[in-house]
Amino acid sequence: MNHALILPILLPAVVGAVLVIVARHDALLARALSLTSSVLMLGIAIMLLVMASDGSVRSYALGAWPAPFGIVLALDRLSALMLVLTAVLGLGVLVYAVCGWDQRGRHFHPLFQFELMGINGAFLTGDFFNLFVFFEILLIASYGLMVHGGGGLRVKAGVQYVVTNLIGSSVFLIAVGMIYNVTGTLNMADLARVVPQVPAADQALLQTGAVLLLMVFAVKAALVPLHFWLPGTYANAPGPVAALFAIMTKVGAYSIIRLYVLAFGADAGEAAWLAAPWLLPAGLVTLVLGMTGVLAARSLGQMASFAVIGSMGMLLATVAVFTAQATSAALYYLIHSTLGAGALFLIADLVAERRGGQRDRLVAAPKFAQGGLIAGLFFVAAIAITGMPPLSGFIGKLLVLDGVRESAHAAWFWALILSTSLIAIIGFSRAGSIVFWKTHAQPAAAAPTRRSDAPALFAVGGLLACLVLLTVFAGQVHGWLELAAAQLYAPAGYIDAVLGTAQGVR
Amino acid sequence: MEFLVASAIGVMTAAGIYLVLRARTFPVVIGLSLLTYATNLFLFATGRLAINQPPVIAVNAVGYIDPLPQALVLTAIVISFGMTAVVVVMALRAYLETGNDHVDLPGDASPEASEDDWKQRGRRQQPPPARSGGGARA
Amino acid sequence: MRLLGTRNGLPPFTEAPPEFPMSLVLIVLLPFIGALFPALLIRAGRSACATGAFAFSLLAFLLLLAQAPAVFRGEVVTANWDWVPALGLQASFFLDGLGLFFAGLILGIGLLIIVYARFYLAKDDPMGVFYTYLLLFQGAMVGVVLSDNVLLLLVFWELTSLSSFLLIGYWKHLPEGRQGARMALTVTGAGGLAMIAGMLILGDIAGSYNLTDILQHKDVIQASPLYVPALVLILAGCFTKSAQFPFHFWLPHAMAAPTPVSAYLHSATMVKAGLFLMARMWPVLAGTSEWFYLVATTGLVTMLVAAGIALFKDDLKGLLAYSTVSHLGLVTMLLGFGTPLAAVAAVFHILNHATFKAALFMNAGIVDHEAGTRDIKRLGGLLHVMPITATMAMVAGASMAGLPPFNGFLSKEMMLHEVVATTWLGNGWGIAALATLAACFSVAYSFRYIVHVFFGARRDDYPHTPHDPPVGMWLPPALLLVLVVAIGLFPNTVAGPLVAVVARAVTGGAQMDYHLALWHGFTPALGLSAIAVVAGLTALVAYVRVRALWQAAPHPEAKAMFDGFIAAAVAVAQRITHGLHNGSLQRYLALVLTAFTLAGFATFLAAPHAAGARALLPAHPVAIVAWVLLVGGCALTVALFRRRVLSVLVVGTVGLIVCLAFIHLSAPDLALTQISVEVTTVILILLALYFLPKYGPASSSVRADPLRHLRDGVLAVVAGIGMGGASWAMMTRDGASLSRYYLENSVSGGGGTNVVNVILVDFRGFDTFGEITVLGIAALAIYALLDGALFGRTGRRLSAWSPDQPQSADRHPMIMVVATRVMLPLAMLVGAYIFLRGHNAPGGGFIAALVVSIALVMQYMASGFGWAARRVRVNYHAMIGTGVLVAAATGVGAMVLDQPFLTSTFGHFHLPLVGEFELASAMAFDTGVFLTVVGAVMLALANLSRMGRWTSPYNINTTAMDFDPGAAVRKELP
Repeated sequence: MNHALILPILLPAVVGAVLVIVARHDALLARALSLTSSVLMLGIAIMLLVMASDGSVRSYALGAWPAPFGIVLALDRLSALMLVLTAVLGLGVLVYAVCGWDQRGRHFHPLFQFELMGINGAFLTGDFFNLFVFFEILLIASYGLMVHGGGGLRVKAGVQYVVTNLIGSSVFLIAVGMIYNVTGTLNMADLARVVPQVPAADQALLQTGAVLLLMVFAVKAALVPLHFWLPGTYANAPGPVAALFAIMTKVGAYSIIRLYVLAFGADAGEAAWLAAPWLLPAGLVTLVLGMTGVLAARSLGQMASFAVIGSMGMLLATVAVFTAQATSAALYYLIHSTLGAGALFLIADLVAERRGGQRDRLVAAPKFAQGGLIAGLFFVAAIAITGMPPLSGFIGKLLVLDGVRESAHAAWFWALILSTSLIAIIGFSRAGSIVFWKTHAQPAAAAPTRRSDAPALFAVGGLLACLVLLTVFAGQVHGWLELAAAQLYAPAGYIDAVLGTAQGVR
Repeated sequence: MEFLVASAIGVMTAAGIYLVLRARTFPVVIGLSLLTYATNLFLFATGRLAINQPPVIAVNAVGYIDPLPQALVLTAIVISFGMTAVVVVMALRAYLETGNDHVDLPGDASPEASEDDWKQRGRRQQPPPARSGGGARA
Repeated sequence: MRLLGTRNGLPPFTEAPPEFPMSLVLIVLLPFIGALFPALLIRAGRSACATGAFAFSLLAFLLLLAQAPAVFRGEVVTANWDWVPALGLQASFFLDGLGLFFAGLILGIGLLIIVYARFYLAKDDPMGVFYTYLLLFQGAMVGVVLSDNVLLLLVFWELTSLSSFLLIGYWKHLPEGRQGARMALTVTGAGGLAMIAGMLILGDIAGSYNLTDILQHKDVIQASPLYVPALVLILAGCFTKSAQFPFHFWLPHAMAAPTPVSAYLHSATMVKAGLFLMARMWPVLAGTSEWFYLVATTGLVTMLVAAGIALFKDDLKGLLAYSTVSHLGLVTMLLGFGTPLAAVAAVFHILNHATFKAALFMNAGIVDHEAGTRDIKRLGGLLHVMPITATMAMVAGASMAGLPPFNGFLSKEMMLHEVVATTWLGNGWGIAALATLAACFSVAYSFRYIVHVFFGARRDDYPHTPHDPPVGMWLPPALLLVLVVAIGLFPNTVAGPLVAVVARAVTGGAQMDYHLALWHGFTPALGLSAIAVVAGLTALVAYVRVRALWQAAPHPEAKAMFDGFIAAAVAVAQRITHGLHNGSLQRYLALVLTAFTLAGFATFLAAPHAAGARALLPAHPVAIVAWVLLVGGCALTVALFRRRVLSVLVVGTVGLIVCLAFIHLSAPDLALTQISVEVTTVILILLALYFLPKYGPASSSVRADPLRHLRDGVLAVVAGIGMGGASWAMMTRDGASLSRYYLENSVSGGGGTNVVNVILVDFRGFDTFGEITVLGIAALAIYALLDGALFGRTGRRLSAWSPDQPQSADRHPMIMVVATRVMLPLAMLVGAYIFLRGHNAPGGGFIAALVVSIALVMQYMASGFGWAARRVRVNYHAMIGTGVLVAAATGVGAMVLDQPFLTSTFGHFHLPLVGEFELASAMAFDTGVFLTVVGAVMLALANLSRMGRWTSPYNINTTAMDFDPGAAVRKELP
């Protein structure tokens, strides 16, 4: 029997617990444990990716109870991909954080590990109430991380973040309840089996539940008008935490892709493609609003936040076309935007840490340590995020433009995507020239005291290097993603794997 | 019975939402716990209602209520308990940090959000009950 | 890599023998590789740095020349590597006449610039970075002209925008530099984006993104309905890049860059990229009336307007910049004519312009460098002090003016010859007239450059004392001027073959007879030239008066408009963004909840729905009473929300009623959990409320803002109706569910009769595992929050805290202390009992844990933190961790037995007092639950009460009733 599927959840859970017990008072021990765990996590994720690459869907029946009665984990290409992405980003962020951030408050490392546990669980579970549980895990850990280090604005923004998500969680339960009441199941694969047979009389309840659930995911994915929590949260969160949060919006996107292709897809009868009419316009509006925010931003952190919103809009609008081709493009863009946003938040923090009072606000300030190097990193990240060549952002943009050709709204996509790219270019060149060039017009101040942050710069460089690899091997990566998308749009395999022969059922 | 439960859920939701939309952290917290009650009862109701049919296996049982929603509600109660605890403490910390318990970030939106009770305290020697009590009577 | 080798020129397109010219890829790669070195080599000195850069360009140049013979034989060299197959994006290059021509210009002039820059840049200019940027740009340009795949071409195209952004902004301290760079990036970037769309459409029509294929499909493309959009979008890219009217304004502002950059980017290379692409696409796009009117007209207008402005620029580089724009317009117009001969003229002029204009820019740089200013008004008479420079200026200027025997004359003649032959909207002479006018302007400004700078009396007020520059600075332009003269005198021998092969590439091999020569006899073109020269010189003689006219005329300042536009865009964006995201949670939540409510109703009403048929349960009178209480409670909470202590208690009662409902509706476990959670929550909130204001401020009263309260009320009621309606719809319908399975397998498979508990610890134990983790994390987060609050600002505030309410001075009321201490063991016993029976009757680890914790918290509250902390030795952090580990361990235990995580097993045992009960592995799991929950609750509450202790102002009776009276007596005794 293959226990690999449980490891991405079990490992961080155990390490987190151990950290709480033994490493409460010892920074070095905590860092060592945390880093080791993250490295192991990356290894495990890659192993699972290799496993999933054979095209079969693996399922793991917890407690050996058969689905749909027990909880089942399921691994397909998509979830494997998300696991690897999480592990890569997590490792990068952790390396950055151990340069000092982790000591500015209590329990950074346990919270970090539990955060990873929640995210991984959300990517693996095949049961949508269990999905709720993992959402709560990653959320409550994120609450702790969000206010790590304290500070009036940050904690208050934290309160806003928590309250918004508590409402989201309530609606999650409400939606789950409605769907359970009609279909009598909590298992996604089983849901996919039942939904087509739901009688007309029950459609209203079912679809309302489904749409509410969609909106809950949209809250996580920061889709207009449910995105309001994001700018305040990300801009006020500690740099590394904001960088880690780049994956959290993708959890929402993943859930949407997973559930609304599987259970409310082509075979869903009356409820077929339920998500499309909501997702597509919302996505495009989000794209525009996000990039507008990039132009309007008053600090690098704020700019990164709005860039995240914009990218989520582009991502979900593309998903809403609901074709395998568009989805594969969206997935490529997902990888790119996650790593890019993570790097950008870290760069914003590098700047903020060096400029004293001005932090990362878009105002001219005296030269700061390693300004040239950081400017270079920013330049690369900006190229990636604005979708300029030669980096993955450009390829992602091309893939999306090409992927939505068949859509009835292709014209809208093209017009909005290209025009918002221009807005982003203006915004980023403006910001970069203020923060990194105008400094030369300023009287050079004494170089501020630097932390031991070679690893921090290394971490940022690493994330950007991943983008370069993603660009060079775009062909191979996208080829793999096409297979992943194809797997999604042939749900029978997933359903059989989960409901059929789950491993070791009693 | 169903009507009582349904209307109770509705009333608690309405009250909860109204309070959640208030300007200070405390009523928001109260509103959230009302919403939680409503949500839990709602989730419980998805298994439909039954009287005197507890899901405990017994020889003389007339029938059993759907146990699954109960298990879900239990999980939900516990989780929301943890969440409430966090939000309460975070609100407290925010109050201690900023000196006011307004939910908005300080800015043009709500000037109140940038007041600081401690500073006001500093001006007056003894905090007169008027500041606290008077508000309520107003 | 897929190998294509060489094949005979276009058309027709034939597969080639597999012989791969690596050098072709190298030509593109070398500059990029070279870009890595200068930044390092600068440590070895400026010369080493320049030499390194030079070496790489030279190598690329030589490799290019090595390919030349094949190209002149009419072959097309290609190399190809699939990059993103799904997209049709290939890293494929090909070298034909046009490519060779441009690559030669780029690399050749690049070499001269590298030398020139070595001597031009000042000591404190970071030279390494400069050469790095320069080589990046060079590589991008070579990539553009050698790309076979149009998507790849786009990549390099945008790369030129990016690298030129860096070059123009090279002098970071100059605001002009920064603004010029951003303007250039914005304008050319916008064009590039338009071109992305255009290329995608074009490739879709042609069925391939490879130029070698696209160029075969002229008819298909021009017949397609998408031809016009594609054309417009691609031209948008070309026009912005080549600074065509009305996008011309960015180029002069890019002159803020160091002169070598201007000479390179804005005479020879970047601005030529647009022309290159138009020439490249000429075979498939040209020849239609859309093409003619769009391209030719734009070119004509640009040529004329720019030439006019150039005449009145006092900044040497400004003058040259506008003249460049004008000459670009000239070439554009020629390409627009769509005739093969015009195309030849265009190509020829590109070559000539590159030579004399690069020379002139370097010349201007020399003047600036030596005389210390570029302002014509401050110059003059330099002939006497800088003879070499002056001579070169005269040669290049004459060529720019289009005088024989220089190369500028030849191509201008060909241009005039073409315009004479062209009719525009049926008008036969309009274009000729305008073109001549433009030519006359160009004569004028060319001679202004010569006369006003070098002739006239020598002045003594130059910022520096001018003299001829070191050879390194004048040799590069000199070499170019040799070409200027050579081509002028012997066009056929020097440029003939090149022009021929290029022309073949551009026109797709169309047959044409042209003859490059100085003398064609008395042609109309010659006449127009003569007119232009005479008129131009007259204009210069009367310059003062002409200038006055110009000053009187209105001339809109493009930069102001552009800056205004950007500023406006930013302002609008900021109004939208910061107007929407104003940090008000109240607004955010209102919007979010409205969205949820509306979406819910919309979906429900849109979808089919039928009322359920399930038999309703009777409403017990007690239930009705409870209902009334609950509704009343809610109403009271809403009414009294500003009286906080009160509202906590009212909400507590509402919770109790919910708990009663659970009992009544056969959910004992829920009832137990609800009540214990209820108590704990109330304690927690009251503890927190000790610090928070006890009353909401008047500003949040209904009277303060009735409208907002009305809005919220309406939203709340609607949402409430929705929730109530939905639950009604659910409860009144029957439906299948999984319940049967659990009821059947609970005893046999889970070993427990309390199905809910079995589900929690077994069927869905994984949920519970997550659930306790949540509690544990919550506690950690709370601890972090409270612990952090004890230090810094908040810590000071806490220690300076004075309670806003009169409070009892007795910190440890006797009764409470006694009661709690008596209660403790009892509670412990109850806890144990609840825990053990949990699997078969309502109860379980969680409820037990809460009971115990409440009892413990009582100790803290009654006897104080210190007292309790001294006695409770367990560390709650460790307890949480252990709990999670225990729960995990039970799961892992199963894995050891090769069962899935959390697989349970059980057996029956007998215990005194409790009696027959079975010990299931689920019990161990439940122990984990118990530990985590106790640890979590205690960690949270204990730390809250600890904070309370920090702040209390009263210090009487601090030790809770355990001071020893005997101690005092003993003191009395001697």
